[in-house]
Amino acid sequence: MPEKTRIRPPIVELALARTKEFLREKEAMFWVFGFPLILALALGFAFREKPPDRIPVGVVAGPNAPQRLAALQKSKTLLPRLMNEQEARDALRRGKVSLLIEGSDTVVYRFDATRPDALSARNEADDVLQAAAGRRNVLAPREERVHEQGARYIDFLIPGLIGMNLMGTGMWSMGFTIANARMKKLLKRLVATPMRKTDYLISMFLSRSIWLLIEVSVLVAFGWIVFGVRVNGSILVLAILSIVGGYAFSGIGLLTASRAQTIEAVSGLMNLIMMPMWLCSGVFFSYERFPDSVKPFIRVLPLTLLNDALRAVVNDAAGLPQISLQLGLLAVWGIVTFMIGLKIFRWQ
Amino acid sequence: MPDVIACRNLRKYYADVKAVDGLDLSVASGECFGLLGPNGAGKTTTIEILEGLTESDSGEVEILGLTWRKNERELRERIGISLQETQLTEKLTVFETLRLFRSFYRVGADPEDLLRDLSLDEKHDARVGKLSGGQRQRLAVACALVGNPDVLFLDEPTTGLDPQSRLQLWDIVQRFRQKGGTVLLTTHYMEEAQRLCDRVAIVDHGHLIALGTPAELIAKLQARNVIEFTSEPRLEQAVVEAIDGCAGVTAHREGWLLRVHSLAEAVPLLINTVEKQGAKLVTLSTHEATLEDLFVSLTGRELRDA
Repeated sequence: MPEKTRIRPPIVELALARTKEFLREKEAMFWVFGFPLILALALGFAFREKPPDRIPVGVVAGPNAPQRLAALQKSKTLLPRLMNEQEARDALRRGKVSLLIEGSDTVVYRFDATRPDALSARNEADDVLQAAAGRRNVLAPREERVHEQGARYIDFLIPGLIGMNLMGTGMWSMGFTIANARMKKLLKRLVATPMRKTDYLISMFLSRSIWLLIEVSVLVAFGWIVFGVRVNGSILVLAILSIVGGYAFSGIGLLTASRAQTIEAVSGLMNLIMMPMWLCSGVFFSYERFPDSVKPFIRVLPLTLLNDALRAVVNDAAGLPQISLQLGLLAVWGIVTFMIGLKIFRWQ
Repeated sequence: MPDVIACRNLRKYYADVKAVDGLDLSVASGECFGLLGPNGAGKTTTIEILEGLTESDSGEVEILGLTWRKNERELRERIGISLQETQLTEKLTVFETLRLFRSFYRVGADPEDLLRDLSLDEKHDARVGKLSGGQRQRLAVACALVGNPDVLFLDEPTTGLDPQSRLQLWDIVQRFRQKGGTVLLTTHYMEEAQRLCDRVAIVDHGHLIALGTPAELIAKLQARNVIEFTSEPRLEQAVVEAIDGCAGVTAHREGWLLRVHSLAEAVPLLINTVEKQGAKLVTLSTHEATLEDLFVSLTGRELRDA
């Protein structure tokens, strides 16, 4: 009698089951799609393009104060206020103003030279006051403002968020699923069938690749539409990089969950592994700020490798040859952790 | 014909307990064999060693003439297992779960047919998370049957189920046997062992303490009935044992369990004895002897609170 139900190979059935399970898990959908979008939106607005704020400066009351105030009010970059002496000193000390203009006949600039905007406030104020006093400019310079796509903070941020998201979902989807299945004795039930153990683990990678590509597409499209962050490199290279990077983290996730008996244990381990990378791997700010001695270590962390390569592709239009080193190292991370994880895996 | 399941001198010691302590078992083809005992008797450890899921410290196991060491894959194709507590993926439907399990076997039953046989077809598209306890358990057994196994291992298949679900499950087991299947199950329900099993092994603390058909085992009591009574004040054990026709006495709560052959003879004698002692009868009830009474007579403890 022919069978009525078409049964696909176990690896396909496992991957399908895993995909359906994930689709039906609302919380997981939020962490994969909702969370990074909200984060990108919030950070994008916090660092949106806008003219720099006017720098507050204080004009200390005195005989020349009214003229000085009037002159300074014409400046586009300064925000002058008239203050009495005590008030002015307090304001400077507390950083409410960056510069004080005082003195009766001689103009005195009082400021803290280590504050970056204090010096520009001093120069701008000096220009304005000199001009008001009758100075003529000898040169007539022309200004050209640059506003290059690819050099804004949001251009830096979006690839970093993609990398961070690939790390989070890659590790959690493996770690949580495995620990959960082990706790509920589902793993034990599965090894009581003729199922091949490698089929189970590989199917998790298969179902992951579908999600991973959707996840990256959503973030890229969002960055493009909302913030104009364009992928300057090839989409295919970006897809290859996302899959290799995503698998590296799935491998690390598998290793992390290979023996843990509870969700709590896995969560702790995952956070322990991810925390240093959130901080050091250049998600929100460049790791160039770290001391030179630790940079070589930071560079080989999987998230750093992924973020560097993502930025190279998204911002600098790098092709496969330029990111081959990062790709190769990410593949090593993925394969080595997968092999060790498989070797020490606890099925019950 | 060789035994379908055979083990010799099985031992499994954990740090704090001897879970299985020198167990010999053999189950013939087509037989339904019950491992009966209280919680912690070593039933689950035993069945999991037989299922090839736990390694024993020593002893030999042969299933269908094969060993786990040499023929694991072949054996996995030919046996079906229901573990004591498996939570199948809640987000999958009943049918999806069964189709997934079917894909692991080279040959097997059609999931649709199996769901109908197990009265789960109404729940075909229901999520596993929404099933009742009885339905979940039937799905677990369906997953064990989907590879058309020769041998079925069931670890406490009806624990925690309502009477209706329990009957349904017994029915499934009996139909599997009618097709020639061999069953090994563990239970701490005497009634289940009596109703389902051809032979029962009673285990306690990892030891076999009695083996035979349910009828043979009950016959070992040499008493068909049990009287359960309490009196005020309580009688001395020697006084109760001295009653004519008494085959055994065990303390039970504030009173005694008295095993007798004939209720008609023993009850009047008991009432007489109580009166003669100047005591007052508080409660008295009787029942037919069961495997439970055998366990009580063998261990002095009851199954449920042992």
